[in-house]
Amino acid sequence: MRLALPLAALVLALFFTSLGLGYAALPPRAVLGGLVGLGDPLHVMVMQEIRLPRSALAALVGAALGVSGAAMQGYLRNPLAEPGLIGVSGSAALGAVLALQSGLAAAFALALPLMALLFALGAVALILLLAGPRGGSLVLILAGIAVSALAGALTSLVLNLSSNPYATYEIVFWMMGSVADRSLTHLALAAPLIALGGAALLTLGRGLDALTLGEDGAQALGISLTSLRLRLLFGTAAAVGAATAVAGAVGFVGLVVPHLLRPLCGARPSRLLWASALGGAAMLLAADIAVRLILPERDLKLGVVMALIGAPLFLHLIYKTRRGL
Amino acid sequence: MSLLSLDALTVRRGQCPVVDGVTLSIEPGECVGLIGPNGAGKTTLMRAALGLIPHAGQSSLSALPARERARAAAWLPQAREIAWPISVETLVALGRLPHDSRAGALRADAVGAALSRMGLEGFRQRKATELSGGEQARVLIARALAQEAPLLMADEPIAGLDPAAQIATLRIFEDLAQEGHAVLTSLHDLTLAARHCTRLILLDRGRLAADGPPLEVLTEDTLAQVFHLRAHMLQTEHGPLLQPLGVLS
Repeated sequence: MRLALPLAALVLALFFTSLGLGYAALPPRAVLGGLVGLGDPLHVMVMQEIRLPRSALAALVGAALGVSGAAMQGYLRNPLAEPGLIGVSGSAALGAVLALQSGLAAAFALALPLMALLFALGAVALILLLAGPRGGSLVLILAGIAVSALAGALTSLVLNLSSNPYATYEIVFWMMGSVADRSLTHLALAAPLIALGGAALLTLGRGLDALTLGEDGAQALGISLTSLRLRLLFGTAAAVGAATAVAGAVGFVGLVVPHLLRPLCGARPSRLLWASALGGAAMLLAADIAVRLILPERDLKLGVVMALIGAPLFLHLIYKTRRGL
Repeated sequence: MSLLSLDALTVRRGQCPVVDGVTLSIEPGECVGLIGPNGAGKTTLMRAALGLIPHAGQSSLSALPARERARAAAWLPQAREIAWPISVETLVALGRLPHDSRAGALRADAVGAALSRMGLEGFRQRKATELSGGEQARVLIARALAQEAPLLMADEPIAGLDPAAQIATLRIFEDLAQEGHAVLTSLHDLTLAARHCTRLILLDRGRLAADGPPLEVLTEDTLAQVFHLRAHMLQTEHGPLLQPLGVLS
């Protein structure tokens, strides 16, 4: 509880800061009024159809990446695990790239996120097929690495063979990840899936706590590893698949956020789950604010900024761990 | 009412049986030592009895639903895994997971009792991963005690402990048995097994080679046959003492 309140307050503060930022400088009254549909119709339009989707998506995508990172690290008992490890984000990216390259995305606005989602689910099905329903965590990692590598190779192949420079340009920019210029439709597509996936992942707390004692220990405590693994895979596929589908590839959140919060949670995997959801939301909102403050006219991409923030943070963590040993 | 009954329990790895038709039952009040050379199937027998690996034959525990089984038997695996730097208190409290969260008041008692039984009160707030190997082993035993299951199954719980901690741990197991629980523990120290267990089960290549009071199981013949060990069983004023003399080829 001592962690929940400050984190929730931080997310709210960043959310409203993010809502207050944009091309047109709006006074706070217009921001709040516009949000609930009061005042100048232009302000209402700007707030509800441009700024709200962007800020809400930043928070949701961050929460999805944070909670699935914490769940993945808890399940694999490895602080280096991240949601991308099982190939969900790589496959979602492949689906999106195919939609852009084939022109489907231009013909039909939701083709890109839907293709991305379809591929994310396909990745999970493939992993289940490879690892089997009872496969241990090592088999799961190996299957995930294989699926990731395959998706990466196919994405490169699409770029390699692309004869359309505009599509290539679009693909490269999409892969950098962003929540700019997203509509309420994107939000309506991603929000339920992220909520569903996040809810599935939040049920893992007990099981992940028990896994601190190893797979045998957890099973003997009455935890069904088969059910735990299924909930983990489908939760991650729904949450990260939907996040990647609307925001592109945003790395490092799922890796760094659980790392940062672990000491504050007493290292308990169950507490880390919801803390990482809040922490991920805060981090992505902050990065999206930074994107707009640093180079407002150059359309800096969220994934780029996230990696620029995340990598040094990670180096610092490694340095601290090294001194601790 | 027996706490564990196995009927022709068999585990195969490929075609080769690792545990071969073992039938036994364990009653409240027993402290049972499971002995046998390396690879005799001790760990496999216990894991199959718990239903952690596929098996043929019957086990009263593996027939139970997972949560109920966890309330009927606590399992202390040989691999001492502590994945995250959680506090000792939190780790021991994991033993309460199979129980209803409604039993909140009981939970604190069980954790406290387990900690004090293992002499770990001073360690409550320490990070479990920062303790020494032997201390971690004791913390994990405390976790299994906090589960307060009628049957405790432990796989080489005293390996790597100092001599005093070895004896102290086995005394705790004896106490548990006297309180009406039962303990099934695999051991390699035959002297300690003879002194602290009420009954020994000897496995040899997956088969039940002997089952009975320690002094009836640990005869010079069985030691030679199963362990390939030439040894004397000495009766001293402090209890039995097994003196190994050499290896039989």
